[in-house]
Amino acid sequence: MKKLILAALLIIFALAATSAVAKDWAKVRIGVEGAYPPFSYVTPGGELAGFDIDIAKALGEAMGAEVTLVAQDWDGIIPALLAKKYDAIIASMSITEERKKKVAFTNKYYQTPAKFIAKKGSMAEFSREAIKGKNIGVQRATIHDRYLTDNYGKDVEIKRYGTQDEAYLDLTAGRVDMLLADSVALSDGFLKKPEGADYQFVGPDLTDPKWFGDGAGIAIRKEDKELVEKFNMAIDKIRGDGTYKAIQDKYFDFNVFGE
Amino acid sequence: MDLSIIIENLPIYLTGLKNTIILVSISLALGLLLAVPLAILRNYGSPLVQLPIRAFVYFFRGTPLLVQMFLVYYGFGQFDLLKESLLWSFFREAYLCALFAFTLNTAAYTTEILRGAIKATPHGEIEAAMAAGMSRYLMVRRIILPSAFRRALPAYSNEIIFMLHGSSLASVITIVDITGAARIINARFYSPYEAFLTAAVFYMAITFFIVFLVKKLEVRWFAHLQPQSSKAAIEAPP
Repeated sequence: MKKLILAALLIIFALAATSAVAKDWAKVRIGVEGAYPPFSYVTPGGELAGFDIDIAKALGEAMGAEVTLVAQDWDGIIPALLAKKYDAIIASMSITEERKKKVAFTNKYYQTPAKFIAKKGSMAEFSREAIKGKNIGVQRATIHDRYLTDNYGKDVEIKRYGTQDEAYLDLTAGRVDMLLADSVALSDGFLKKPEGADYQFVGPDLTDPKWFGDGAGIAIRKEDKELVEKFNMAIDKIRGDGTYKAIQDKYFDFNVFGE
Repeated sequence: MDLSIIIENLPIYLTGLKNTIILVSISLALGLLLAVPLAILRNYGSPLVQLPIRAFVYFFRGTPLLVQMFLVYYGFGQFDLLKESLLWSFFREAYLCALFAFTLNTAAYTTEILRGAIKATPHGEIEAAMAAGMSRYLMVRRIILPSAFRRALPAYSNEIIFMLHGSSLASVITIVDITGAARIINARFYSPYEAFLTAAVFYMAITFFIVFLVKKLEVRWFAHLQPQSSKAAIEAPP
């Protein structure tokens, strides 16, 4: 019996030791979303693709790490990071104070404003009065959800969706009158497509850092400080050597990095 | 564990509780109303009547509730003809879509539960009813259904509980039910453990209440099977 316990303990120590050694980050698992075009989506062939995905692969290369992508639904994406299902999140996640309480962030890798969209001609002028009582769709647990809940929660009916794609479906089905999301995601993921032809941006660019943070960063568990550094260096590297621009030009005809 | 999150956001859970209870009780009531005639026809109807009922039950038992809900909620929205018709004011609402899918789903299962219970009516009861000169209608109403309901009760109480748990799927189509409330809290505070544990407590409380009600009903319906208390025997006049 004693031998058995001893053997069990040895195995546990051996496992603990290997997991401690594995922290040289030769392999990095990255959580991505896969339902947020054009940043992250699944191709008809079932492959993950998009700006976030390409950035993740480029950063892995710049760090000299082998990258494994893990697709995860948005509203569980931080809990799954904390549960060590992967080591970093590259999913257009805005750097906000609220999230910094739970995770660490790298520097931003892009920054774009948020905007509302509505059916063409449905709204002459954007104002608090004009949107009163409207059904407005957002993706659950996003900065847009937070902004809408905090600023218009009492005046409008908020419909929360698991993915941005579901929100588009309900907008075309007429179940919601407006959507609030990232302007680039809305433009490339919806407005430029045939089903989005009848819709347009309304209202101002929304950038208030209180809700919209400091751009999209890579979220990492707080204890993995060296990984944050590695990613920051990798971001600088791909910004410097033209890899970033090549990826950007593949998806956008403007500068998504912001100021 | 940070319970202050839950306490501060209790109103969201209470909204969720209200929505869950309304959704489940209305769909169960409508489902049962549909299932009784369907189960009778499934037993006594002509083969031509039985066939569509069989197909209905087969479809709704053969596919997951989540798929049925997506078909109704996102699938129906694809047809412009439907979107332009009056029906769309019904299917526009997430709430009514969920109600529609839940009702048909529970109706299919309940039909099957009742069908079995009706089929298992002891032959003696039917013979006695026929001997008493009852018409078919009267026999169904007075003999077969009351007897079948008693037999169906334990299985049906399962269906009630399954429906309650199945209703958590409503949260994926923007409805704030108990699970929807938990998802909002989880999303806002990144504390899945507190958020979903609270949801679990709410579901358990409702299940407890359902079990209690069914037990009451059982005592009532099966009064004739309860052992006679000795007290009653003593007090009875000799």
